[in-house]
Amino acid sequence: MADVIKRNKALSVNPLKASQPIGGSLATLGFNRAMPLLHGSQGCTAFAKVFFVRHFREPIPLQSTAMDQASSVLGADENVVEGIRAIAEKSKPDLITILTTGLAETQGADVHRNVREFRAAYPEFADIAVVAVNTPDFTGSVETGYAATLTEIIRALVPDAKTAGTEVGRRPRQVNVLVSYMLTSGDLEVLQLIFEQFGLRPVFIPNLADSLDGCLTDEDFSPVTIGGTPLSELATLGDAIATVVIGASLHTAAQVLEEKTGVPTYQLNHLYGLKANDALMSALMTISGNHVPERLERQRAQLQDALLDTHFMLGQLRVTLAADGDLLAAFVDLLQETGAEVVTAVTSCNVPLLSHIPVASIKIGDLEDMEKLSVDNKVQLIIGNSHAVISAERLNVPILRAGFPLYDVIGGYAKTWIGYAGSRQTLFDLANLVINHAHEEIPIYHSRYAQKPANETVAPSCH
Amino acid sequence: MKSNKDIAELLDEPACEHNKKEKSGCAKPKPGASAGGCAFDGAQIALLPIADVAHIVHGPIACAGSSWDNRGTRSSGADLYRYGMTTDLTEQDIIMGRSEKRLFHAIKQAVDDYAPPAVFVYNTCVPALIGDDLNAVCKSATEKWGVPVVPIDSAGFYGTKNLGNRIAGDAMVKHVIGTRDPDPLPEFDIKIHDVNLIGEYNIAGEFWHVLPLLDELGLRVLCTLSGDARFREVQTMHKAEVNMMVCSKAMVNVARLLQKTYGTPWFEGSFYGITDTSEALRGFANAIGDDDLIARAEAIIAREEAKIRAALKPWQARLKGKRVLLFTGGVKSWSVISALQDLGMVVVATGTKKSTEEDKARIRELMGEDTVMIEDGSPKALLKIVADYKADILIAGGRNMYTALKAKIPFLDINQEREFGYEGYQGMLELVRQLALTIESPVWQLVRDPAPWKQVEVSHG
Repeated sequence: MADVIKRNKALSVNPLKASQPIGGSLATLGFNRAMPLLHGSQGCTAFAKVFFVRHFREPIPLQSTAMDQASSVLGADENVVEGIRAIAEKSKPDLITILTTGLAETQGADVHRNVREFRAAYPEFADIAVVAVNTPDFTGSVETGYAATLTEIIRALVPDAKTAGTEVGRRPRQVNVLVSYMLTSGDLEVLQLIFEQFGLRPVFIPNLADSLDGCLTDEDFSPVTIGGTPLSELATLGDAIATVVIGASLHTAAQVLEEKTGVPTYQLNHLYGLKANDALMSALMTISGNHVPERLERQRAQLQDALLDTHFMLGQLRVTLAADGDLLAAFVDLLQETGAEVVTAVTSCNVPLLSHIPVASIKIGDLEDMEKLSVDNKVQLIIGNSHAVISAERLNVPILRAGFPLYDVIGGYAKTWIGYAGSRQTLFDLANLVINHAHEEIPIYHSRYAQKPANETVAPSCH
Repeated sequence: MKSNKDIAELLDEPACEHNKKEKSGCAKPKPGASAGGCAFDGAQIALLPIADVAHIVHGPIACAGSSWDNRGTRSSGADLYRYGMTTDLTEQDIIMGRSEKRLFHAIKQAVDDYAPPAVFVYNTCVPALIGDDLNAVCKSATEKWGVPVVPIDSAGFYGTKNLGNRIAGDAMVKHVIGTRDPDPLPEFDIKIHDVNLIGEYNIAGEFWHVLPLLDELGLRVLCTLSGDARFREVQTMHKAEVNMMVCSKAMVNVARLLQKTYGTPWFEGSFYGITDTSEALRGFANAIGDDDLIARAEAIIAREEAKIRAALKPWQARLKGKRVLLFTGGVKSWSVISALQDLGMVVVATGTKKSTEEDKARIRELMGEDTVMIEDGSPKALLKIVADYKADILIAGGRNMYTALKAKIPFLDINQEREFGYEGYQGMLELVRQLALTIESPVWQLVRDPAPWKQVEVSHG
């Protein structure tokens, strides 16, 4: 439906895009006792680390194969094998992902072969899962890097039903839930409650709510993630009754999981707004055989009430969205339910979902494009990440911070957006941002014949 | 791409004490066990504060995408440095060999849209590997678009952040410094002397605590490389009477090359702490050797020291005797030590991984011969030292902030990303406020104590 407008300039100014290795790292960090290893120069890891630390305000496990001049030119196989060995020996993680960068891919690295070489050379680390993923930063974005990494983890670590002897529905209450990068730790906590209210046990893959939810543990220090989806759970996915997928970007990951396990998939693009959550309720009713719990009915009615209350502020509101595909689609649906108009949509890279999003056009570009289009389209509100704040200041319009990274607010990583309740709060937040801005005041008019007190009279106009 | 010889030349820095022995600061990184940035990171950090320049990162998205608008440095006017600019190279650019062309047009776009006085182009790993001729593109862009375009050949795999600093400094000396003479000075009642500061980044605007004093002394700062600098200021750096090296030895090659080429003397100093701030002011006066200036400097020092010591009195009582573990990155350990000792605090150990031999000698002078010098900066090692030496606070770079917090240890950020300025006499007041804020905070008790029902269990058990 949307007309996707490609990038048409040489220089990207104020990039919206975060790289594939960032996405791959994020997916990895949602598993327990995990360590992402970026195959590139030291800076690739250092920058990614700073990016995450600013967003999550947490220590972030992340390592580098530390390619230098010689290995960049002559080959860095040794760096990969040595890097895995060093981590395996020192930190004893359950999972190491090797994520390639633009440097490694340009050089022609074959990380899959490197993993086999590692296995042959160091059989003593056979119990540590090692998954290699191609995530060069010259293509895709955080969204595609996250999805690719999740796909490869599933491909490598979820056993085939045939060989493992898993059986759909052997665990009748277990639902596998593949979650997009756009779901925050706050979202996952709420989603867990929703599943439990239907009598279901969700297994989140990955589970950032258990590893990067900002939680003080008894351990002073851990070189790997504390919490996240335990790898042992991956062996049970084939016994689940259903798989629920949230996010169009995870389509391939879901396909691979279903091929391996035979567990039926329920695909949802997001959980923003009334209809999206109704779809979730329908899926959970079918899966569990239970009715929608009263508590959730109540929250649905509260969202309906909020739609009424906020439609005065949000109706016809001209909104700019700057986000990657999954999140963009979610906000478009939420905003359109209120009568708001998404007049500018900017995203960082092309994905199949874009053309299905019900807006006139989507620009693949940067925040400079976003700013220019917002001016042209007389935008009244911006939704985007922390980088877009300065744009909003220049345009003198309010901004709702969403996406990656959020570094100028505390707790952005944990905000709850989804469900009836989360959607309701988002409507409140949006309405509050524009409540004093959105409507244009009629300019005061002074009649030349009026009998107002002398101190209120203004000089008659010259024309 | 730089040749091994080019890199070896940059690593061979006669003014750096590491040269005399093993290059510990420039050691080869270990796969799977490394921390710290790359040469591009270092080059960008060194030059990004030049506020009116268009800084273009030539490479795929990760280099600029994760790092733009990520600095505590402040500008008094121009803000183009806060715009993240990158060629955002795609797979097609790389395979089809179109990246040079993209860069050429990217430079034009920056010039057309933002009218900068100059464009800096940072080379990164991918274009270096595929053999983009950065110098040639910048040269022809300069000719074609009529604006100086400066190549900063800083591919990440060349080496460490430190090497990147030097690459940046080298590019300034080669391409920018000496291309313009300073603006003529109007007449003043005192003799005005021209000076530079090298390695001053104006984090959180902290240099504005110092600059008024330099103004009062009649020192015209031609350029701070690079905090709150403008391109036209960098161009004039060759005309200074004296240069001050402010932050570690990161850009010591600039000071050395300016001395070699223009005969400008340089000294090393710091604006952290009362003692060092005074020493720095004296350093200028003595290096210039103007008797009137020396006398005025002493008067200002006496006045400012008296003022700040009085203001610090109430804070000193609160901080005296508190034990500090200092683990700094770019900022000189010895310089912060003296600031803390000014406050009566006890520095129990300090990181010296990036310190030069001379820095270490100064630290021994300040702290005694058996001071603990930390080479292993891993989180585990730091926490062990905090425990062993009963430190009340860890002062370190932002990287270690969450190491400290997760271990429930008070923390102060000393690195470039911080939001508070500690330089100069006035900066000491901010430093004590921040130190007291974390050390005296009620949160430590709340996070360390177990939940009440667990306390009961403990007492019963």
